[in-house]
Amino acid sequence: MSPRDRIRDALSRAQGEGAAIVAYLTAGYPDPERFFAAFEAVARVSDAVEIGVPFSDPMADGVTIQRSSERAIEHGVSLRWIFDELAARHLELAPPVLLMSYLNPLLVFGYEALAERSVECGISGYIVPDLPYEESGPLQEALSERGLALVQMVTPVTPAARLQALCAASEGFVYAVTRTGITGRAVSLPAEATEYLAEVKAASKLPVCAGFGVRERAQVEAIERHADGVVVGTALVEVLERGEDAAEFVRSLRPSR
Amino acid sequence: MHEDANEHEALLEALIAGSLPDERGRFGPFGGQYVPETLMTAVNRLSEGVRDVLPSESFQQRLEAELKSWVGRPTALTAAPRLGERWNADVWFKREDLAHTGAHKINNGIGQALLAQALGAKRVVAETGAGQHGVAAAAACARLGLPCVVYMGEVDVERQAPNVDRMHRLGATVVSVTSGDRTLRAAIDEAIRDWVSDPEGTYYLIGSAIGPHPYPLLVRELQAVIGREARVQMLEAGELPDAVFACVGGGSNAIGIFHAFLADRDIALFGIEAGGCGSALGQHSATIAAGRPGVLHGNYSMLLYDDDGQIQETHSVSAGLDYPGVGPEHSLLKLVGRVDYETASDAEALAALDECCEAEGILPALESAHALAGARRWAAKNPGRRILIGMSGRGDKDMPILARFPRSETGVDVAA
Ligand SMILES: Cc1ncc(COP(=O)(O)O)c(C=O)c1O
Repeated sequence: MSPRDRIRDALSRAQGEGAAIVAYLTAGYPDPERFFAAFEAVARVSDAVEIGVPFSDPMADGVTIQRSSERAIEHGVSLRWIFDELAARHLELAPPVLLMSYLNPLLVFGYEALAERSVECGISGYIVPDLPYEESGPLQEALSERGLALVQMVTPVTPAARLQALCAASEGFVYAVTRTGITGRAVSLPAEATEYLAEVKAASKLPVCAGFGVRERAQVEAIERHADGVVVGTALVEVLERGEDAAEFVRSLRPSR
Repeated sequence: MHEDANEHEALLEALIAGSLPDERGRFGPFGGQYVPETLMTAVNRLSEGVRDVLPSESFQQRLEAELKSWVGRPTALTAAPRLGERWNADVWFKREDLAHTGAHKINNGIGQALLAQALGAKRVVAETGAGQHGVAAAAACARLGLPCVVYMGEVDVERQAPNVDRMHRLGATVVSVTSGDRTLRAAIDEAIRDWVSDPEGTYYLIGSAIGPHPYPLLVRELQAVIGREARVQMLEAGELPDAVFACVGGGSNAIGIFHAFLADRDIALFGIEAGGCGSALGQHSATIAAGRPGVLHGNYSMLLYDDDGQIQETHSVSAGLDYPGVGPEHSLLKLVGRVDYETASDAEALAALDECCEAEGILPALESAHALAGARRWAAKNPGRRILIGMSGRGDKDMPILARFPRSETGVDVAA
């Protein structure tokens, strides 16, 4: 099975099952050792894991992820570091792992090398917040050669025709941003979100995961009626910031599984 | 090699003919739209505005009226005979320092504010480095009755204090940015975060020829008035120049003055970047001289970053040049060889500033002083030439920084 199909299958769920959980962790945060401990623990209770590649200018992220990225860069964390560590540690991971990265680190690494190294290190796909569909051709082609996914994001301000095109182009899953804005803000799921998620669901053959601002069980329960899964990022990074148990937090979001 | 030359010539011809950027916002390989999906609808709507509203007769009339009666255009072309004597050159200044609020930034500020209003924006956000763009945006928004929020790095808030107070008095909210490098780059990150949060009601009034398409095109169109006027004024004053010099931060005053001269192939064009205090990463802002192509703030262009792709901190004594990127059209002009990009150090700029004050009674902005320093160096190697220098702004805002540097021994004979 190709890596991108692994993502799709891991996030598809049978009727009546709770939401799939995609857990986001900033690579190397709070420090390299604690990161890998949290990563393994979280992987055991999640359906997919996103590793954030720290970037100097995370323009789509709120203060929490900005702070964690700065700390990670101070610890020498880079795309190369992530690959080398993953390769050296031979982790036995059940869920697929994606990298979430701004474009410049990927561009500098080189798309061919990136795809090759991703396969060697067990990475299944990519989420690139500053790479809209129109500009994604070259990266998508390089990843596609090796069966890797490039996940497209859709938002509440994405027009209907564009929504169809993005859902058709996405690979692995469709990332439905539940509101405009940067990561980490907002708490409750706005009423319009229900309708929006239904539209995304109708447009997509792939599982739909909703994210940006998911931090508590009530939200997950609201979302799981309309989408296949949730992406949890900022809230999880905050748990690590406070020195608490990340896996425990993920379990608390979805007691039903 | 030969094929490259042909391709470059074709790109330059396309640029001169007005067919770049293309539909996708590309100047050859550079440019594009690297923004989060949340902003795609907003940038597409803006592209329509640039295509349909900007060239419309009613908009152009409105803009021209504001440029004339509020900005004070056309700005003067001033001969600089005492400086010219010293340099053994025929030196002319295009005086954007005389424009309302003291720099070329106002051409773009009022133009985009009018466009924001025409597109139905409810509020405007802007970033600023030197504070000149922030002041221009605040003034233009006050003029049109639009609420304005300006993001400014904490470091710049301190080193350009007079402009912070001006923005407040012009009714803008100034937000000091404490994340990232706490200068222009971080201010842009923060302005984009604001814009992403309200892409429907908020208009992002970017301050230079950077950002995602259509901004590099829009800013160039609004700044091209500098070169259009200067070309006519030079002809009226006798003949066209042999060389044109402008400082390059994001590149808006430079693209504005260069554009009218691109087709005059025998006129040499020089963009002067900030050489700062050394050649190591972090000591300068010489993006074109020392950078590589990369993606930041929505476009693919020359950029300063390390081997992991992390954007590098920059340095310049002038806040307006302290930026690791540069507009995509400049990257193309460098690629095709139409413009030469050089650097001037902090020390050279400071010396040029003092020399200009003493010889011509004009206090240039520290940014503009880089263009003076570049021109001075070229004049020394090319005696007797006619030189046009883009005086992008006045130096009043720089007084707090200048207080830290003793006046240079410029050798100008003040009594003569
Ligand atoms: C007077 C002046 N000149 C030049 C610049 C540099 O910007 P640009 O390269 O966009 O002209 C600035 C920026 O703040 C400025 O204030």
